[in-house]
Amino acid sequence: MKIKLKIWRQENATAKGKFVKYQLDDVSPDSSFLEMLDELNQDLIQKDDDPVVFDHDCREGICGTCGLYINGRAHGPQKGSATCQLHMRSFKDGDTITVEPWRAKAFPVIKDLMVDRSAFDRIMVSGGYISINAGSAPEANNMPVRKENADMAFDAATCIGCGACVAACPNASAMLFVGAKISHLALLPQGQPEAEERVLEMVNQMDLEGFGNCSNNYSCEAECPKEISVGNIARMNAQFFGAKLKSGKK
Amino acid sequence: MSNLAIRSISKKIITGLAGLFLITFLVVHLGVNLTMLVPDGGETFREAAEFMRTNPVIKIVEPVLFAAFIIHIIIGIVLKIQNWMARPNRYSVSNKAYTYWMSKYMFHTGIVVLIFLIIHLINFYFIRLGLLEPSNVMSDEHDFYNQAIMLFRDPLYSVIYLVAFVFLAVHLNHAFQSFFQTIGANHSKYTPVIKVIGTIYSLVISIGFAIIPIYFLFFYE
Ligand code: HEM
Ligand code: FES
Repeated sequence: MKIKLKIWRQENATAKGKFVKYQLDDVSPDSSFLEMLDELNQDLIQKDDDPVVFDHDCREGICGTCGLYINGRAHGPQKGSATCQLHMRSFKDGDTITVEPWRAKAFPVIKDLMVDRSAFDRIMVSGGYISINAGSAPEANNMPVRKENADMAFDAATCIGCGACVAACPNASAMLFVGAKISHLALLPQGQPEAEERVLEMVNQMDLEGFGNCSNNYSCEAECPKEISVGNIARMNAQFFGAKLKSGKK
Repeated sequence: MSNLAIRSISKKIITGLAGLFLITFLVVHLGVNLTMLVPDGGETFREAAEFMRTNPVIKIVEPVLFAAFIIHIIIGIVLKIQNWMARPNRYSVSNKAYTYWMSKYMFHTGIVVLIFLIIHLINFYFIRLGLLEPSNVMSDEHDFYNQAIMLFRDPLYSVIYLVAFVFLAVHLNHAFQSFFQTIGANHSKYTPVIKVIGTIYSLVISIGFAIIPIYFLFFYE
């Protein structure tokens, strides 16, 4: 199939970027979106041009490294999947595809389509863990966990931290990411002792990074490759409110 | 940003709680306004207005209501400015994800409501406070029955009024269910019910207020 591409090219974080048009004449519908970009880069390298920089690692939807904003959709038109799981058969012959980086103040562009998501790492460092050494897997029945909570915690823990929620949000808010990271610990007994400090610290760091505020628009949930529920944002809000009320107590 | 800065979620919760107060206020206000439709030359309406003016509970609630408006508006605007700043470079292809379009326009619908609110204060509340002179259709500074009829008989005023309530309906439709999410209530069974109640609420409020100018414009002799 023939594909026209409009790709965001930007030398570095401070440079002014622009769209550059490319054309590929023989793309297999069975190739993945990233393979199509690999082919483009092969062409560019052979022509001594600068290849398009984009992030990727596992290419099987589990690491959260890839992330492109394709035709107005974070991770492209396919619901519930990462960019690396998108195939060219999702497009039509002759289509023009516009590819942009995640755009958020908190995610500065490194080069072209690659953005710096270390803001997420700093949020995790601020409280997204439990301080005890959990050791090896404990005896399964020692610590009873309500089945529904285990399921919800697991769903929240499927977050791969790709940043699609921020990319899709009209306010570039990170609340789905932070809500998921808070929820998967808050729902389990191991997360309880530090739950209050965790939510206060992580929300604090999220604000410091310059993410926007959630307006309950829910495009994050619609675009999340793991289809994580905005119920996790509600849980974070409730936890934050509770922790705030208690935090003054001596 | 210091530790004294109000966190994102606190701002949202404060906006929401102030908004909830406004939501109840609208119900009371609508109740009073609808008494204008009683065909007794405004007697019931005057009694209702008199009650609202003299009741001690209402007197206490009135400054709270003003505070709620101011807080809601100021924090709403601060949230919006922060949200704009969070994405300094816009996408060239705007977001095509399934979304609640109403939630994207809370600021815009809010501003329209605010402009209407100012017009409304000038036409009614400021007269009551003695800041402005009663118009010549008013028998005294409390005669809002005649004042309202005079305004509603003016097609331009009525159209502005009706347009404002369309915007308010959009604001409220998102606002009602949004409030519950903001305070942390999201439930597989109850959230869909809350959304339906929010839609019904926003329609009842906006249609309820809209009936009054329509009546006085078209059916009043
Ligand atoms: C009687 C009138 C009003 C009522 C009943 C009302 C009610 C509400 C409620 C309940 C919310 C949801 C808050 C949440 O998500 O927790 C909301 C949001 C909002 N309101 Fe109002 N509001 C009114 C007037 C206004 C006005 C005059 C403005 C002026 C700018 C405004 C600006 C906003 C904004 C910007 C938001 C969104 C906040 C966010 O980002 O989540 N509202 N409103
Ligand atoms: S490259 Fe690992 S999720 Fe896409």
